Amino acid sequence: MSLMRSHEVGVRYGGSRILRDINFSIDRGEIVTIVGPNGSGKSTFLRVLIGAQTPSEGRVERAPALRIGYVPQRLSIDYTMPMTVARFLALSGNSDRTQTAVLLQRVGIADRANRQMIDLSGGEFQRVLLAQALLREPDILVLDEPTQGLDPPAVAAFYRLIEECRQELECAVLLVSHDLHVVMGQSDRVVCLNGHVCCEGTPTAVSAAPAYRALFGLDTEDALALYRHHHDHLHPIESNP
Amino acid sequence: MMLDNFLVRSALAGIAIALAAGPLGCFVVWRRMAYFGDATAHAAILGVALSFAFSLSVFAGVLVAALVMATTVSRLYGGIYAMDTLLGVTAHAALAIGLVAVSFLSGVRMDLMAYLFGDILAVNTTDLAVIWLGAMAVVLILGVRWSALLIATLNSDVATAGGLDPRREQLVLTLALAVLVAVAIKVVGALLITAMLIIPAAAARPFSRTPETMAAVAAIIGTLSVLGGLAASVEWDTPTGPSIVAFATIVFLVSNIVMWMNRRRRLSHLR
Repeated sequence: MSLMRSHEVGVRYGGSRILRDINFSIDRGEIVTIVGPNGSGKSTFLRVLIGAQTPSEGRVERAPALRIGYVPQRLSIDYTMPMTVARFLALSGNSDRTQTAVLLQRVGIADRANRQMIDLSGGEFQRVLLAQALLREPDILVLDEPTQGLDPPAVAAFYRLIEECRQELECAVLLVSHDLHVVMGQSDRVVCLNGHVCCEGTPTAVSAAPAYRALFGLDTEDALALYRHHHDHLHPIESNP
Repeated sequence: MMLDNFLVRSALAGIAIALAAGPLGCFVVWRRMAYFGDATAHAAILGVALSFAFSLSVFAGVLVAALVMATTVSRLYGGIYAMDTLLGVTAHAALAIGLVAVSFLSGVRMDLMAYLFGDILAVNTTDLAVIWLGAMAVVLILGVRWSALLIATLNSDVATAGGLDPRREQLVLTLALAVLVAVAIKVVGALLITAMLIIPAAAARPFSRTPETMAAVAAIIGTLSVLGGLAASVEWDTPTGPSIVAFATIVFLVSNIVMWMNRRRRLSHLR
């Protein structure tokens, strides 16, 4: 059975419609990547799936007692809150010291356990967030743009790590990304989102799909086409009638 | 008996408030709820007027007013006004309306200053029992929900994904704040309750590496401030509530100067 499933989900903010008619599901062990331009509702859709945002239309089902490991796009710690990496990781509810040490080793920040969270670099911070999500021993790992602030080798290493974790934990992975080429290679399925589902399928099928190529301006050699969005009329985000 | 001494009663009442205000004040600082604390505390004056008008106990009247204020503000949030505007309106409205309401209570002889700035020296044994009960209830509820409150403070989406309800954690803090205001009004008064929440917590920050140490250090600094302020007030015949807050402020200054000097020393080592 699916871990998470959305049925005809739509979200409105005030007068504008952010998402509409989204049918989606993800099974145990699957890696699914959601791609889409800025403002296409990717993060909103993730928030609907984890239950942080109530959809205006449709419904969301989650498997009973589903354990979600969520890595948000941004987590800002107020300077007034002292927080070491070790203490932050223990907030996951898993206080197993050996497991924590092993995980820190694997994400490559074993020497940072006693550092303050606010003193970490962007890349280190992302890895702590991933470690925190993994310590929950999740059924599904939900990652919102997890590789921002990482350089290309670190991005590749990050995805290798996620792939390893999927095999060990047998969890599903749902991620939102801009790093189209790197991610797509390891995904079982890619969903191209722009307010609604433009197209979905295997990475190769999606990258060849006209809707996907139009959305990202890949069918033209003119670099400016990326910004002109003259194909965007195919899938405009509707305003409230 | 020891409790027959008014200074002992005052010190014990102040310590109870400091022990609860330490950890609660940390959340007020971390979540930037200082204005929220002010609004809740100012509503207490309205609560005092209510309790005199309907001959309720002051604790009950203040608790109700603080709860109504805190939940109203939480509900109104998300409209066209920013949170600080909303709180600026409600905090001062509650204070002004409270003061007007008190003036209508012509038959009642009441010392308004005692409720604005506290009258810790007048705490009797019944008050002391209520203050400890309320303060320990706050400590208990914060202790039970500690991890959940921390996660909800860090990121509400992470909290939701972990099966928590961030709105419930917000409600826990709102309730705790209302209870603390109700028991602290006799000790430091409506105008200085927020100071007892924020100043010890802020003074504790430079000495702390984890949220737990910050909460504990804040409680200790609060306790020292109560004792120091009380001693100063006996020695120089100054108003007690303001003396306690002034003492806490001195600790805050010293702690920040120490931090600043430490940082400079570290930097000069690096050079």
